[in-house]
Amino acid sequence: MIRSHVLICGGTGCTSSGSKVLISTFEKEIEKNGLAEEVKVVQTGCFGLCALGPVVIIYPEGTFYSRVQEKDVAEIVSEHLLKGRLVDRLVYKDADEAVIEEAGKTLSLNDTNFYKTQKRVALRNCGLIDPENIDEYIAMDGYAALGKVLTEMKPEEVVQIVKDSGLRGRGGGGFPTGLKWSFTAANAADQKYVVCNADEGDPGAFMDRSVLEGDPHCLIEAMTICGYATGATEGYVYVRAEYPIAVARLQKAIDQAREYGLLGKNIFDSGFDFDLFIRLGAGAFVCGEETALMTSIEGNRGEPRPRPPYPAVKGLFGKPTTENNVETFANIPQIILKGADWFASMGTEKSKGTKVFALGGKIENTGLVEIPMGTTLREVIYDIGGGIPNGKKFKAAQTGGPSGGCIPASLIDTKIDYDNLTAIGCMMGSGGLIVMDEDNCMVDIAKFFLDFTVDESCGKCAPCRIGTKRMMEILEKITDGNGTLEDIDKLEELAYYIKENSLCGLGQTAPNPVLATLKFFREEYIAHVVDKKCPAGVCKGLLNYTIDADKCKGCTLCARKCPVGAISGTVKNPHVIDTTKCIKCGACMDSCKFGAISKG
Amino acid sequence: MKSLAELAAIREKMKDKVVLREGTGEIRVVVGMATCGIAAGARPVLNAFVEEVTKAGLGEKVTVSQTGCIGVCQFEPVVEIFEADKEKVTYVKMTAEKAAEVVEKHLKGGNVVSEYTISNVIS
Repeated sequence: MIRSHVLICGGTGCTSSGSKVLISTFEKEIEKNGLAEEVKVVQTGCFGLCALGPVVIIYPEGTFYSRVQEKDVAEIVSEHLLKGRLVDRLVYKDADEAVIEEAGKTLSLNDTNFYKTQKRVALRNCGLIDPENIDEYIAMDGYAALGKVLTEMKPEEVVQIVKDSGLRGRGGGGFPTGLKWSFTAANAADQKYVVCNADEGDPGAFMDRSVLEGDPHCLIEAMTICGYATGATEGYVYVRAEYPIAVARLQKAIDQAREYGLLGKNIFDSGFDFDLFIRLGAGAFVCGEETALMTSIEGNRGEPRPRPPYPAVKGLFGKPTTENNVETFANIPQIILKGADWFASMGTEKSKGTKVFALGGKIENTGLVEIPMGTTLREVIYDIGGGIPNGKKFKAAQTGGPSGGCIPASLIDTKIDYDNLTAIGCMMGSGGLIVMDEDNCMVDIAKFFLDFTVDESCGKCAPCRIGTKRMMEILEKITDGNGTLEDIDKLEELAYYIKENSLCGLGQTAPNPVLATLKFFREEYIAHVVDKKCPAGVCKGLLNYTIDADKCKGCTLCARKCPVGAISGTVKNPHVIDTTKCIKCGACMDSCKFGAISKG
Repeated sequence: MKSLAELAAIREKMKDKVVLREGTGEIRVVVGMATCGIAAGARPVLNAFVEEVTKAGLGEKVTVSQTGCIGVCQFEPVVEIFEADKEKVTYVKMTAEKAAEVVEKHLKGGNVVSEYTISNVIS
């Protein structure tokens, strides 16, 4: 009889920090201690706290062990599983170090600050079930929504319930999902399609990957429901080839669903046929745009085409097509089972439900969080995210990746939803949330994202192909210290021109990081061009390292560390940096024990 | 699979296997499993609890887990039962048979089996 489950994260984050070997080590140790009949090892999807991986959770206690290494396994098995004693040094502790230990109850995963304010809908099974076992998904009410839809509901009732729920596209645009479905449903055709956009390309975003890796059956169920609601009998999941674990698990899940008759002909004896196929993307960012994505599935070079006609009229292979993002689909089975009212009870007036964010950058708890819409940025960063490391000051949060903008510290109490973010010139995007502190230069951040879109522009239309390149050149001029005030005006003018004239979403949103930083941090741009200073000390072209002669003891350490021999001086006498030779690597400043070197 | 009944059958069959991960039940049965407990035979007691709770269909309501030394080694195996808003019940010198009886009478029936409790042994 199994009395305890050891859940080991097999997501990409934990796999790369070494969780694979833990599984076999745990099995070996459990066998050695004669617990094979009592303890089961399960590989799951992502728990969310990727920075602390590999993550191991032991149920029924729900004890949360972080950064577990192979050498720790024997101790966990003999102490926790055999003797019931926690291995304290590995138990995850909140930033305030409080380990809640009530009588007979140890700190469970759900009591930690990181998890307790989260509300998991799209990620509900991630980290809880074995994604490669369809039976575990079924045990969590999996495929019950599909059964209900096919046996009790008419297609238009399904569309209506999705409409009533208020669900909006989680890929970034925020278009009402039910409305999208109704457009496809209204178009009669001999063949229609369902397409899932799993071409997650924003730097720092990995929520779709987590769903695919942790709960692939959920996507299959949702796409089949969508097929029934819109009259489609075939579906395609377009996923990046860079997600090998996700692709393998999804394929396995599709095979299992076919074997169970949950994909294929006459599902649940309802007369409805549906089948699903995977198409791999080669990692072009533009293929996340819906028309380019469909062009790529058709076997052509991934380039967008003008809309209208919209995919609901003329989509994949010229047929009516519904296209949604992974996270959008992941909400569907729950909406069917629990009802539109349940879903609409979460969130704000116009943004219902929850949103998954990938927290990254200057934050303690890097990872995935799912929060109700309307949660403030402050709660996300300080309560869930654990705040900014090293006591630094929060400066801004970047949302929406290369298509988005930033939320400055002054707006930290903004309630996060589609409309509030749009109102401040930002956007939800797919959910990447990159936190920046006082050491980040906003001009440099804008340059980073623009560099990405310059690379990823497909080249079909001139505004995006040429315009972003020209913007990039102006930004480089500014960060090199050669910019003028006119350059800032030119940059802004060009940005608006590109927004208005580009063919697809990539070009239309590419200038956003520049516009948002110009809006909230214009004084930083001005400091770069007028004072020729980078206030955060990032832009190398504007930096000068100097040695304070009063503090310098003449230890010669910096001169020895300097890779280009730019520092001169004799023992016990103050040293000097030759700024013409200096490459501004900062090695001298890191090495100085007396704090004599400063940059500015 | 062609029917909802088949789907429900798989769900029922699997439910017991994943219910462990649903977080904490209303009632927590904690078995002392330190060296003293194991030496006194806590292991079959723990297994008996897991088995009987599942058999009685109490899997969602009752969480069976283990803990270290409770501190009264001479009375091991010790089992403590926690329930919200109720006083903790401590059973001592448990065996697999007594465990089955506790599941039946206490966890299912709601009546504490007082002859096995610590207060009975001490007083």
